[in-house]
Amino acid sequence: MVPIAYYLVLSAVLFSIGVAAFLVKRNIISIFMSIELMLNAVNLTFVAFAHHWHQVSGQIFVFFVMVVAAAEAAVGLAIIIALFRTRATLNVDQVDLMKL
Amino acid sequence: MTSSLHLWLIPLVPFAGFLVNGLLGRRFPKALVTTIAWVATLIPLLQVLNIAAHFSSLTLPYTENLGTWITAGSFHADFAFALDQLALIMLLVVTGVGFLIHLYSAGYMAHEEGYWRFFAYLNLFMFFMLTLVLSENFLLMFVGWEGVGLASYLLIGFYFTRDSAANAGRKAFVVNRVGDFGFLIGMFLLIAHFGTLSFSGVFSQIAQHPEWQGGFLTAIALFLMLGAAGKSAQIPLYVWLPDAMEGPTPVSALIHAATMVTAGVYMVARAHMIFDRSPFALGIVAIIGAATALFAATIGLVQTDIKRVLAYSTVSQLGYMFLACGVAAYSAGIFHLLTHAFFKALLFLAAGSVIHALSGEQDMRAMGGLRKKIPVTFWTMTAAVFAIAGFPPFAGFFSKDEILYQAFISPNSIGKVLWFVGLVTAGLTSFYMFRLWYLTFFGESRAQHAAAHTPEPGHHPEKAEHPHPVHESPWIMLGPLVILAILSVIGGWVGVPAALGGHNEIEHFLSPVMHAHYLSYEQVSVAMTTQPQTVIHPVAPEAPEGNKSQELLLAIVSVAAAVIGWFFAHLMYFAKPDLPKQLAAKLRGLYALLLNKYWIDELYGAIIVTPVLLLSRYALKGLLDTGVITGGSLALGYTTQGIGSLVQRVQSGNIRSYAGWLAIGAAALLLLTYFGFGVRWSF
Repeated sequence: MVPIAYYLVLSAVLFSIGVAAFLVKRNIISIFMSIELMLNAVNLTFVAFAHHWHQVSGQIFVFFVMVVAAAEAAVGLAIIIALFRTRATLNVDQVDLMKL
Repeated sequence: MTSSLHLWLIPLVPFAGFLVNGLLGRRFPKALVTTIAWVATLIPLLQVLNIAAHFSSLTLPYTENLGTWITAGSFHADFAFALDQLALIMLLVVTGVGFLIHLYSAGYMAHEEGYWRFFAYLNLFMFFMLTLVLSENFLLMFVGWEGVGLASYLLIGFYFTRDSAANAGRKAFVVNRVGDFGFLIGMFLLIAHFGTLSFSGVFSQIAQHPEWQGGFLTAIALFLMLGAAGKSAQIPLYVWLPDAMEGPTPVSALIHAATMVTAGVYMVARAHMIFDRSPFALGIVAIIGAATALFAATIGLVQTDIKRVLAYSTVSQLGYMFLACGVAAYSAGIFHLLTHAFFKALLFLAAGSVIHALSGEQDMRAMGGLRKKIPVTFWTMTAAVFAIAGFPPFAGFFSKDEILYQAFISPNSIGKVLWFVGLVTAGLTSFYMFRLWYLTFFGESRAQHAAAHTPEPGHHPEKAEHPHPVHESPWIMLGPLVILAILSVIGGWVGVPAALGGHNEIEHFLSPVMHAHYLSYEQVSVAMTTQPQTVIHPVAPEAPEGNKSQELLLAIVSVAAAVIGWFFAHLMYFAKPDLPKQLAAKLRGLYALLLNKYWIDELYGAIIVTPVLLLSRYALKGLLDTGVITGGSLALGYTTQGIGSLVQRVQSGNIRSYAGWLAIGAAALLLLTYFGFGVRWSF
């Protein structure tokens, strides 16, 4: 039986890697992947707690998160493709048209 | 009295005419505009005549309440109309003279731009004037009061493309505002003391309290008199009326001679219960009236513009009416109002006919010798001149004589002085009217002479027509002249005094209004014995009024004054035409003083208009408007912009910086939830 703390630490590490990657990376696909990393880190926490407390709701919530992530991936990839077509770059630093 | 008189129709029919002509008249042919305007004035005239025909069978005063207008706490004002003897006389004058002038205008204005606009304004004026006359409370009267001011403003500025006309309209409006301020304060005082503005409410309360003397009633009376002085062009607010001659001549006849300017006299007569209780206010009214009468008459002596002579004459005659009111002879004042409406309207219309005949010439120095060329105008104007100069049996004689007589027998301590001022004014009136008569109609034509020298600056012919030969006006203009001429001759016969074998019908007719609460005056005199104060008692209708020989003597004296005036006019402007120039050269200072109207306009300009303009331009516009208001809003704008330009740095457009802010925010929230800093956060 693996103690719950292990799962939580792993989850925290994964989440921090995601945050760091989100802040550091310039390639939008990498940023996208780091978002997925953060989502799945949270999923891991949900599952761990669901198992720990013998509550099924955490498991179910993971499905919700996965569905949202799938939808987000679909929309996000579409945006990335549209962005690449118009700007011919994936570097987010060059995509700052909203600036005043 | 069983059936309703439908008084509300009297003002509203002209209003309908105004709406139709004002909104649609631009597209109508002239004949249709004329017909609408005529019908809209004829219907009230017929209705008033109908009421007058069975007037004796009415129970008076007859009131008609159309509903509540304002309710505020215990105060309320109604849309209420009232009819009594006083209102009937005013109605007859307004609708009768008004209709004649509508007829005349169709001929006079035939070739003018904005024909429909002119008639729409005339109908609007009729609406407000009839509202003023018929109203049963001060507030509705004030609506009419303001409305006639508006119509007057619009019509003075009828030729609004001309600077002088636009300025004259504005001047009339602004000067009238000063008077209106007095009227308003008077009404506030009435509400404060009586809690109502209805005539019956106020007057019955006064009648029930004979001990009320002077005090707040003096204040109310003086404020109301200020309003009347503004509307009726009395000192110190008379300055607008001569300038109002910039309007078309029918307007001068209707509004600035016969009807609107008499509204002040009507108001004072209507509120006579208040004035009667204040000898001081009555004295002020009498002094203002007498001073204005004399003052304006002296200015009228030397004016050269035919309409301006008549304008000053109007101011002077209005002074007579106030003089009558000031000696508590309200009936005499209203009598003079009636006859004045006839002969002054006639004078203006005849002057308009002269101007029309001379293709727009208004300067009497360029007239002369018109007697044979425009005979109908000449004869009608002659009737008016004799009427205003006060020759028996013309209308003006009886009314003016009645006023002078009432002033003479008045218990007022300055009654004799007032009488003498009135007598001198009568002589002056006779002089300047015959001067006008001789200059216009007699001698040789001076038209060529005048055409040679350039017109003086500030002189604007009203009708800039192409010059064509002198011609008599069309009959649509002459008809009203003839009718008014007949009225100017016989109009005074309703008030033939007892000394001349008459019964003074008009005073008996008006006595129910003027002496409605006569009993209370008896109580007043009883109450007065305890107070060492002199009260001017209104003259009782049946009281012995001096003796007849005295009245006859006074009449002879006033006729003598008129004859002397005529004699001098004859001497100076007919027999020896060089005399006026010699006199003017000898009395250079006096002549300049009169010609420049005592420099009153300049004085007002220096002490009132210029300071107000400077204050507006520098203190209000420069400091307050530009400084505080514009500056304040600019400061507000710039501050917001400054804050924005600081905060906008956050909006870098860089996704990673947003993500960074997000991460920092999330971290900060986490730290807060962990450590809390002693604060209970609830998310």
